[in-house]
Amino acid sequence: MSDKIKRKSDTKMVPFPSHAIVPERDLGSRPVLECSHLGIDFGGLRAVDDFNLTIGKTEIAGLIGPNGAGKTTVFNLLTKVYQPTSGTIMVNGKDTAGMNTAQANKLGLARTFQNIRLFNQMTVEDNVRIGLHNQISYGMFSGILRLPPYWSGEKKQHEKAMDLLSIFHMENMANEKAGSLPYGAQRRLEIVRALATNPSLLLLDEPAAGMNPKETEELMDNIIKIRDQFQIAIMLIEHDMNLVMGICEGICVLNFGRVIAKGTAEEIQHNPEVIEAYLGRQKED
Amino acid sequence: MKKTTVSKLLQKYLPYVIVIVGFAVCQSMVSAGTMPRTTKSLLIPVCVYIVMAVSLNLTVGISGELSLGHAGFMSIGAFTGIVIAAYVREVFGCSESLQLLISIAAGGVMAGLFGFLIGIPVLRLQGDYLAIVTLAFGEIIRNILNCIYISVDGSALRFSFNQPNLPGKLLFRGPTGATGVTRIATFTAGFILVLFTLFVVLNLVHSRSGRAIMAVRDNKIAAEACGLDVTKYRMMAFVTSAALAGMGGALFGQNYSTLTPANFSFNASILILVYVVLGGIGNITGSIIAATILYVLPEELRAFADYRMLVYAVVLIGVMLLTNNRTIKNFLNSLREKIRGNEEKKGGALHE
Repeated sequence: MSDKIKRKSDTKMVPFPSHAIVPERDLGSRPVLECSHLGIDFGGLRAVDDFNLTIGKTEIAGLIGPNGAGKTTVFNLLTKVYQPTSGTIMVNGKDTAGMNTAQANKLGLARTFQNIRLFNQMTVEDNVRIGLHNQISYGMFSGILRLPPYWSGEKKQHEKAMDLLSIFHMENMANEKAGSLPYGAQRRLEIVRALATNPSLLLLDEPAAGMNPKETEELMDNIIKIRDQFQIAIMLIEHDMNLVMGICEGICVLNFGRVIAKGTAEEIQHNPEVIEAYLGRQKED
Repeated sequence: MKKTTVSKLLQKYLPYVIVIVGFAVCQSMVSAGTMPRTTKSLLIPVCVYIVMAVSLNLTVGISGELSLGHAGFMSIGAFTGIVIAAYVREVFGCSESLQLLISIAAGGVMAGLFGFLIGIPVLRLQGDYLAIVTLAFGEIIRNILNCIYISVDGSALRFSFNQPNLPGKLLFRGPTGATGVTRIATFTAGFILVLFTLFVVLNLVHSRSGRAIMAVRDNKIAAEACGLDVTKYRMMAFVTSAALAGMGGALFGQNYSTLTPANFSFNASILILVYVVLGGIGNITGSIIAATILYVLPEELRAFADYRMLVYAVVLIGVMLLTNNRTIKNFLNSLREKIRGNEEKKGGALHE
């Protein structure tokens, strides 16, 4: 028994992945997300490998990279759509190991999807009310028997839903079917629905996809507005470099499932590895 | 403005209105003696099949799971109801309406319990797989019932498996089912049960839990990402649907003097599914109308003897073609919009 105990001198020391950067204002508070050595295998393919990231409490972070780099896979790992093969994810200091998507959401992770996933046959307001499901609740029997908790719960849900919809000026669409909204409005509704779950980190998967430049400008303003109003962190995947460089504070670049660069917009723009990943190697002559 | 609120209220309570008006008409015809005997005998089964269709619509339309074993839950309710009613009569000797109430409640509880037990494995599946497994469970229930014998001995209920020689009075004997059942089901009870079913289903759908059930149907991954416990809400719909089917079954069982497990075969499940599909998946009012018409039609066609099922099949095909024909659909939609437009024009000035 005693010889099985590892002696101190055998311990292999590895660098802890916290050459992490967070905005200066968030230094005093616990980071909202800390992942270390995150990785997942699909069969023989290592889709994401050794992914380390720390996001400050009110940071707007960007995750960029060429197509197929594994950006959405990272989101799926964070929200527990996939269970990671290795590594840990800490949300507000709590380990999410063994949790499912719903539990990760209750812990404070809300997301939107690259290919929009709304509840198409339900109204806009009901979509937001689903987001409020765990925030304002009453039981099944109160619902069926129309007991007082039903009436007060419904009233609160309605007020809160309208309040949230007003961020994007969508109150007048409340009774329309979500599936019949124009594309841009569907994207905005997804963000509202995610916000309704009262997250501490909002994950946006290509929020500006399919939007025109004017809509993208508005979206940028709104993302900052949401951060300031709710005091939450936002992490976004985006191909629109104007948006990423315009509002993201910390940017992480992914290529072939590995982080190739981390830093501010300035640093990323001048990083030779990033330029190579996007544009290819410069001919040497 | 008054007109729009009235039409909105009417739309909201349309299923109740249809049922109440239907009940009033039938009841007045019965008391006036103008209803033929054959039609009169259809009143209770129609109520039961409305309950069955509406409850199945909760699973198929609202929760979006294709269930092919609904008759299984109906049979559990039916035989539980018969046994409990007979037991209560033997032991306590209470009034018939109380017997009926107790037996319906017991049928609902028992079917709900089985719905929960079956739901545990079944709700791990989705789509076609779920349909096939519910079909299998419907058949398993029927085959188990074929082997069960129940008797009441003094104040004790005795069960046995494959052993017909039980002490006391046999209430249920395997493949022969229940014979000599006291027919205590009444049309009024059927009417009340239909109202109860509508109350439960419609109120559930328009509440927090109902929205969660529909969200899971519309997009499971998004529902999970919104923090919904997907299994809980699928189970809620499945169990509620099973319990209501059990209540319908309990009433159904006590409308006939003899009932065998063979009455609740796969065909019975399909029959209910036909009502739901033709009435419109997710459309509660449609289920009520479809169940009424499609149950009464083949019975009334008995006069045509040999051509009965032929006419029934033609009607089914006709309904399917009509409800799926784009021209007709567009026509109906434009008609609906016209009516709505007129209303808005009339009410608009006051409304603003």
